[in-house]
Amino acid sequence: MRVMAQLAMVMNLDKCIGCHTCSVTCKQAWTNRAGVEYVWFNNVETRPGQGYPRTYQDQERWKGGWELNRRGRLRLKAGGRLRKLLTIFANPLMPSIQDYYEPWTYDYDRLFSAPATQDTPVARPRSLISGEPTKITWSANWDDNLAGDPSPDPVLRKVSDQVKLEFERAFMFYLPRICEHCLNPSCVASCPSGAMYKRSEDGIVLVDQDRCRGWRMCVTGCPYKKVYFNHRTGKAEKCTMCYPRVEVGIPTVCSETCVGRLRYLGLILYDADRVAEAASVQDEKDLYEAQRGVMLDPHDPEVIAAARAEGIPDDWLEAARSSPIHKLIFEYGVALPLHPEYRTMPMVWYIPPLSPVVDVLAGTGHDGEDAGNLFGAIDALRIPIGYLAELFTAGDPAPVRGVLQRLAAMRSYMRRLNLGQKADESIATAVGMTGPQIEGMHRLLALAPYAERYVIPKAHAEQGRQLEESATGCSLDYDGGPGMAGPFGEASGLPAPVAVENFHALRQRQEGDEHDLRGRVNLLNWDGKGTPEGLFPKRDQESS
Amino acid sequence: MNVLLWVVAPYVALTVFVLGHVWRYRYDKFGWTTRSSQLYESRLLRIGSPLFHFGILVVLLGHIGGLVIPKSWTEAIGIGEEVYHVVAVTLGTIAGVATLGGLAILVYRRRTVGPVFTATTRNDKLMYAALGLTIALGLAATVMANIVGGGYDYRTTISPWFRSVFYLSPDPSLMAGAPLLFQLHALSALALFAIWPFTRLVHMLTAPIGYLTRPYVVYRSRDTGAPPARRGW
Repeated sequence: MRVMAQLAMVMNLDKCIGCHTCSVTCKQAWTNRAGVEYVWFNNVETRPGQGYPRTYQDQERWKGGWELNRRGRLRLKAGGRLRKLLTIFANPLMPSIQDYYEPWTYDYDRLFSAPATQDTPVARPRSLISGEPTKITWSANWDDNLAGDPSPDPVLRKVSDQVKLEFERAFMFYLPRICEHCLNPSCVASCPSGAMYKRSEDGIVLVDQDRCRGWRMCVTGCPYKKVYFNHRTGKAEKCTMCYPRVEVGIPTVCSETCVGRLRYLGLILYDADRVAEAASVQDEKDLYEAQRGVMLDPHDPEVIAAARAEGIPDDWLEAARSSPIHKLIFEYGVALPLHPEYRTMPMVWYIPPLSPVVDVLAGTGHDGEDAGNLFGAIDALRIPIGYLAELFTAGDPAPVRGVLQRLAAMRSYMRRLNLGQKADESIATAVGMTGPQIEGMHRLLALAPYAERYVIPKAHAEQGRQLEESATGCSLDYDGGPGMAGPFGEASGLPAPVAVENFHALRQRQEGDEHDLRGRVNLLNWDGKGTPEGLFPKRDQESS
Repeated sequence: MNVLLWVVAPYVALTVFVLGHVWRYRYDKFGWTTRSSQLYESRLLRIGSPLFHFGILVVLLGHIGGLVIPKSWTEAIGIGEEVYHVVAVTLGTIAGVATLGGLAILVYRRRTVGPVFTATTRNDKLMYAALGLTIALGLAATVMANIVGGGYDYRTTISPWFRSVFYLSPDPSLMAGAPLLFQLHALSALALFAIWPFTRLVHMLTAPIGYLTRPYVVYRSRDTGAPPARRGW
């Protein structure tokens, strides 16, 4: 047994209202730069829908993830090492910018510079890729709320065609997606340079920007298409699980800003020696259970001893014991992995939505919170279950049905309590739980405060010197000094520490307005700190 | 003049090549990339890029065979001048044409596809000029000397000179007598080597051969610098 810790996330889809706040704040934090205009480390897609990039789930086309070879051993679906090297000069499976969408801006300047005319000047869209005027025909959330045409959805096509129309009328939900930080990451396995790695402390999957050579194999290797190519720097970039934040114990930007508070962050302990074995079970439908089997019980003394032997600190073990992720996956059994059939062992799990079932019941005049009605409806509405099963359990409806029944039981059980009725223990036993367990689950899903939703142990002080965000070293201690641009363009040269980069970006943003402010500061861009030049009017020449 | 061209220039070019790479690796690891433009366009790239790259790899092997391996060695294992010549010229011409054709497609793509053209820097243009010239001159020298002309055995002049540079006892007289096209090819190649470390061509030096032997999943500790306990599985 080789115990490793993994920072994992669970999202409760019932609470997602599709507001895209997570996407926007993530973009502001990580990808508001040239070269990654089209990149959303976090995106929210409507299901059913084509997704972003379009139809990324169709692995017969994109060949992401792993598959079993004839001898039952894992191999990359896109081909082995030699094949990867032979196709390195032109990757045949690489999505084009059109598969994501062509990013654009508007000719805002026209609004100011147009001569006086009868008509109001308009700001026309302009492609950020070619610089030419463009027509906007697609974007990362073009098919929001079933807009556009959801029928190319590869998951929908797996559920039978016959039920499609009825299904679209009945069923829709939002799926926020980030990098899965998999236990068996196929992007890492695809990287020819060895620039991608899984951090051994917390399992976060990162790209070493200094070692990435832009071979683009990770982009195709990832079945979730969550590694992106920065077309300006020629390097791969991906969701970082906001490592500078979680290292100091605060949640990721997407979690922090989530309006519905649907995200949970916490540790999972797993046995790294059994990952490959679990990822190569023969039947895809066993992958969900196999992945649960790799995870270890943080209360088990044997596990604790083995974890200590691997050098996992005690406060991390404590965090693993109070991890909301472990509770949601094991104790309450309501979280499921996204597409386990890709065999990457994803570590961002989802609680499937019950609300569409409740909506259908309420819409047909039934009591949508009566346990009996709900249990019946879950079984009767085979279509949503089939769809959810294709997303979360490789098509096996049983675990999805189990989860929805537990959620339904929680609804009915808690309603009785809310209405001052006697608790009905039979509702709990019907789904294999106890009353207190249901109340605990309700607390975690509905009421849990910040500190219970995000249980993130800090990175260790003895390693503090290496932490990017700590200010123990001199922030000017690097080659070239602050604000230095290398000889090969804006991004060349040694990378500046994040803190220094932020300092300069902030100052630039405060002062660098496109239009001449005659030496004044645009207060809309001022962060309230410091006094950038021009904040106050210049003193008179005479008096100074 | 001969000393300048065939002794000074090669050493200057080689020194710049080596030290330039060392400097760039230390100073600009972040800029060390292929700067792929496949995201913008892949239809032309999928023809041009493999054609060029596989072509140039054969050309590289051919140069190693022709320049590094002495004539006496190939003869010792029974490959006569006649056989060597036919194989070298045939393979060299095919690979050369493929390389040049691939490069032509890539340059055409670079010029005509809007986003790719916008992403082209002056550095790239200089590199394309030097690279294209070198390949064109090399192909021209082969074709002129062997197919149009009566054949030229560079393994008695250019190859010994090439090796003499590395023995640190350069003999410029060997090169002075070579046909003009070969001389020009060698000079433009030296120019290419001199600008090499400062262009995107650096990606060649980090060709990911290690991928064939490394474990699939790489683990790395946050504590950078120290080697990881285990490389992966």
